[in-house]
Amino acid sequence: MQSLEVIAPGLHTTVQDGGRVGFQDVGVPASGPLDRISLRLANALVGNPEGTPAFEMLLQGPTLEVHADSARVALVGCSASIEVRSDNPRRIPAGESATLIRGDVLRVGALGDSVCAYLAIEGGPDVPQVLGSASTYVRGGIGGFKGRRLQQHDTVPLKCRRVDARPERALPGPLDLALDQPIRVVLGPQADYFTDAAVETFLSSEFTISPQADRMGYRLEGPALAHAKGYNIVSDGIVTGSIQVPGSGQPIVLMVDNQTTGGYPKIATVISADIPVIGRRKPGRRIRFVAVDVHEAEVLRKQQDAAVEEQWSRIRIVR
Amino acid sequence: MNVRFLISGDTALVVEFGDRIDRALSDRVLRLSALLCGSNMPGIVETVPTFRSLMVLYDPLITDSGSLTSAIRNLLDRDSVAAKTQSKLWRIPACYVASHAPDLAEVAQRTGLAAEDVIGRHVATCFHVYMIGFVPGFPYMGDLPEPLVLPRRTDPRVKVPAGSIAIATNMTAIYPVESPGGWHLIGATPIRLFDMRSAKPALLSPGDKVRFEPITPAEFDEIRAAVAAESYQVPCEQIAV
Repeated sequence: MQSLEVIAPGLHTTVQDGGRVGFQDVGVPASGPLDRISLRLANALVGNPEGTPAFEMLLQGPTLEVHADSARVALVGCSASIEVRSDNPRRIPAGESATLIRGDVLRVGALGDSVCAYLAIEGGPDVPQVLGSASTYVRGGIGGFKGRRLQQHDTVPLKCRRVDARPERALPGPLDLALDQPIRVVLGPQADYFTDAAVETFLSSEFTISPQADRMGYRLEGPALAHAKGYNIVSDGIVTGSIQVPGSGQPIVLMVDNQTTGGYPKIATVISADIPVIGRRKPGRRIRFVAVDVHEAEVLRKQQDAAVEEQWSRIRIVR
Repeated sequence: MNVRFLISGDTALVVEFGDRIDRALSDRVLRLSALLCGSNMPGIVETVPTFRSLMVLYDPLITDSGSLTSAIRNLLDRDSVAAKTQSKLWRIPACYVASHAPDLAEVAQRTGLAAEDVIGRHVATCFHVYMIGFVPGFPYMGDLPEPLVLPRRTDPRVKVPAGSIAIATNMTAIYPVESPGGWHLIGATPIRLFDMRSAKPALLSPGDKVRFEPITPAEFDEIRAAVAAESYQVPCEQIAV
């Protein structure tokens, strides 16, 4: 059986696809990638259809040994490269596909600027669909490889035993990680639970992503945001990007493994186009927020998808 | 009644029927959820019912907040409020013996009731599943009879065993998996509340009704063994509401 053997797991490596749809009414989060753009482009480079599961790596990538006749891989979402230990040792830059053979060991070290990056493999890892998705929801032990992050000595089965010889592909240029771009939000749904001064502070201050950031949420450190009507609401729905503010006044941006309901007021929601942008930001990075209205947010999302489509169509052949 | 449409970014719209926990509001939330799920409205991804509002998740590449708001307004205007619906009534086996109910004595003491009376009132209530949240499959069920209403524990537990039956405020719940928790544990059920192998992973859905049926520790063990052997079905009937 063809597989990848985990020599070193990296810090937090999980299988993610487009996410889990249709179970939020029974408390199962959508999960899926922090950065859907990089996942999509990584899949495109190895010739996978959109939505094929791939490995999401946080901060530090894994070391994997290829137990297949051949395997085509690509890394997208960071400035790091893939180090290949083999008879033909080499480095594969991010944004380029390459074909490895049995016994080759690939190593993705520290990711560099971005907190997350994606390692796609042609055909994808062969993991079962759980509730319609291969995405891993670690807290619930649902999906992906055994419902958890990779561990040393795991053997992750692959769909493809060998891949066809064909030219390798590369992105037209480096991906803009937008690490300094302000994060755009739509105010609400409970902006009225905050004082005018708090909303003003939220939009004019700099926040720092705290070390307690994970796929469920990014806690931010900065000036406290004052509530006007207390900090408890009757629990209502939470969406990826919701910015809730508990009693401490320190905002939490809910990310892709967000709980589906919650009882803290939400001052604003990160627009969907900027989920991948904030998703890449490491603990310690600074964030500023800027408000747009929902119509602008919808337009920005369409423009972003067109830009990704454009990048996809300009994928070139390298060798 | 005043319905508010709250914007939750460019992928979700919240239809808010009120700001309190209330059966009539919950019925309106669940009614709209059912209508939307049956409507094939383009761009709707899924809906999340909560106590007093419905979150509608949508794909901003297919629809937009404005069109969705007017479509939902139309749907609400045209809907007959008197529409009858069906619901499921589950009879959930519950063991209230002290070994399965670590907080029962304290609840009895704090409410000034005898332990038997706490159990009696819990068993006598037909609960309504308002929503599922917190962790996969965790049902918020109400309403608890007034004498049993207590605030959450001041000192939440780090680990609450799966199957624990708990109360807090005017709600009761069952912990589907081992998790942290701040509710008072007054019993336990041997059944499975969440099974990710099933296409319908959560036993309970928002809108279902639940009654607890007292069992002995011996029956608890028997049912747990039957659940493990996949040979137990939780008693359930369709009722008109």
